[in-house]
Amino acid sequence: MTLALRDVGKEYGRLRVLDGIDLTVAPGEFVCIVGASGSGKSTLLSLIAGLAPATRGTVTLDGEPVTGPGPERGLVFQSGALFPFLTVAENVAFGLRLLPLPRADRAARVEWYLREVGLLPLAGALPKELSGGQRQRVAIARALACEPSVLLLDEPFGALDVQTKEDMQLFLRQVWLDTGTTVLMVTHDVEEAVLLAQRVIVLGCDPGRVAAEVPVTLPAERPLEIKRTAGFHALRSTVEDLVRANMSTR
Amino acid sequence: MTGGRGHGGGHGRGLLPGRVQFAAHLAGALTPARPPAAAATGAGREGWAPLPRRAVRARPSGRGLPGRAKWALRAASLLVPLAAWLVIGGAQLVEETFLPSPAAVWAAFTEMLADGRLVSDTLASLGRVGAGFGLAVLISVPLGFVMGMSAAGQALFEPGVGLLRYMPASAFIPLLIIWLGLGEASKVAILVIGVVFFNTLMTADVVRKVPGELRQAAATLGATSGEIVRKVVWPHALPGILDAMRVNAAAAWNLVVVAELVAAESGLGYRIVRAQRFLQTDTIFAVLVVIGLIGLCIDVLLRVLRDRVGRWSA
Repeated sequence: MTLALRDVGKEYGRLRVLDGIDLTVAPGEFVCIVGASGSGKSTLLSLIAGLAPATRGTVTLDGEPVTGPGPERGLVFQSGALFPFLTVAENVAFGLRLLPLPRADRAARVEWYLREVGLLPLAGALPKELSGGQRQRVAIARALACEPSVLLLDEPFGALDVQTKEDMQLFLRQVWLDTGTTVLMVTHDVEEAVLLAQRVIVLGCDPGRVAAEVPVTLPAERPLEIKRTAGFHALRSTVEDLVRANMSTR
Repeated sequence: MTGGRGHGGGHGRGLLPGRVQFAAHLAGALTPARPPAAAATGAGREGWAPLPRRAVRARPSGRGLPGRAKWALRAASLLVPLAAWLVIGGAQLVEETFLPSPAAVWAAFTEMLADGRLVSDTLASLGRVGAGFGLAVLISVPLGFVMGMSAAGQALFEPGVGLLRYMPASAFIPLLIIWLGLGEASKVAILVIGVVFFNTLMTADVVRKVPGELRQAAATLGATSGEIVRKVVWPHALPGILDAMRVNAAAAWNLVVVAELVAAESGLGYRIVRAQRFLQTDTIFAVLVVIGLIGLCIDVLLRVLRDRVGRWSA
């Protein structure tokens, strides 16, 4: 279940977006990638998801090279990208329906993930009837139902209001603890990264590259109040300074 | 970061580095009493006259209409022309041959209904629309999918379809009679020509509007290209395809009557030509009303279907 990037680069014509990225995510880890605008953090995630090919280097999952998108690397978009014509339960079942799975087995799995994300009562609702936070819960459940080796999240809470965002952060951390899924999340929110991750990768700009890596030395138990502790402040300041120091000069 | 330069430049403050000046700007915004920042930003502001306000304003939301008023207006839109017709016809202002009275039209209608001509003509016209429009949809929807989904398909078909669309289908009637004769084939062909190009381009547009993110999401969930088309693009595009069909069904219904005017042995258009030969304007009026009502029914049916299929869209 190890995700490994070796000397990965991405160019669009002459524009070099990513260069020489080396990154390893161990099984069960929770890693956040932060960086200023233009650091290519979303591009990096789409390379790992297999939605775009790297122009240099290799991306491997358990030694297997990534050649395209697949359910073993579930991706959650900022918008959620729910299928608007399917109900909540049908969205969660989307990946399972593509597999030869007995109906009862599929139904049981869908129910388990809907309960895990707290949306069982809304199983029959359409996406247009959901709030922003609920939509992201469905998107996460939909990706998790395929039992990915690594769950990729691209600024999943970027469009939410502050209170909903905090709820979702606690929720995601709980899901990670419950399922043991490896999580790799891109965010521009340093506080979020420090609160959730075991390790924060800071990307620098022009071209995007790994500028620093900060282990998050906080206890595993992380209620929201931990944000008010000195240890949290120190870590957050460290990462924020690193992001600023590696901002685009253009 | 040089946001303040525009104000200060003419007064020697351009010497300040932009960043410092911006900070001063911010500080001013945060302080209720405005001395330092006001001086920094507003050299000319004191001399400005108060900004005039316009008295007339738009109502962006418009005004709601009570249900009864809405129904009254709807009734008026039909009843007022009908009343005018009754008055003009009843007063004999226009000769009966040119403008038959409502009573005469009703009589012509019931006569055609009684002897079965109306039913057989309607069925003949509907049958042609069913065949021609159906065939056009069967061709245009897959073609529209190819154009909407692949750049190669777009490049290959867009120029030809775009050009053919501007050739009026009715202008093909003489040619099609030469090619296919006076039978059903030429009428069905007219309908296909009249509908297929528009419906193809409209379908392609709808397919192109399916968000790329949804296709990507499906791919990350393990869907193959074929599954993405069937399980994502198709259901997402279906309401839009039905919208396009609704617009083009109206065109098909118009076109079948045109085709029957030129050459036919049956159908509502044929009935109009026959009536013209004997100056039966009452029959022409009756058939026109029937054509309009059937068109309206087709439209309502497709709209109901579209609303059911498209319940998921906001």
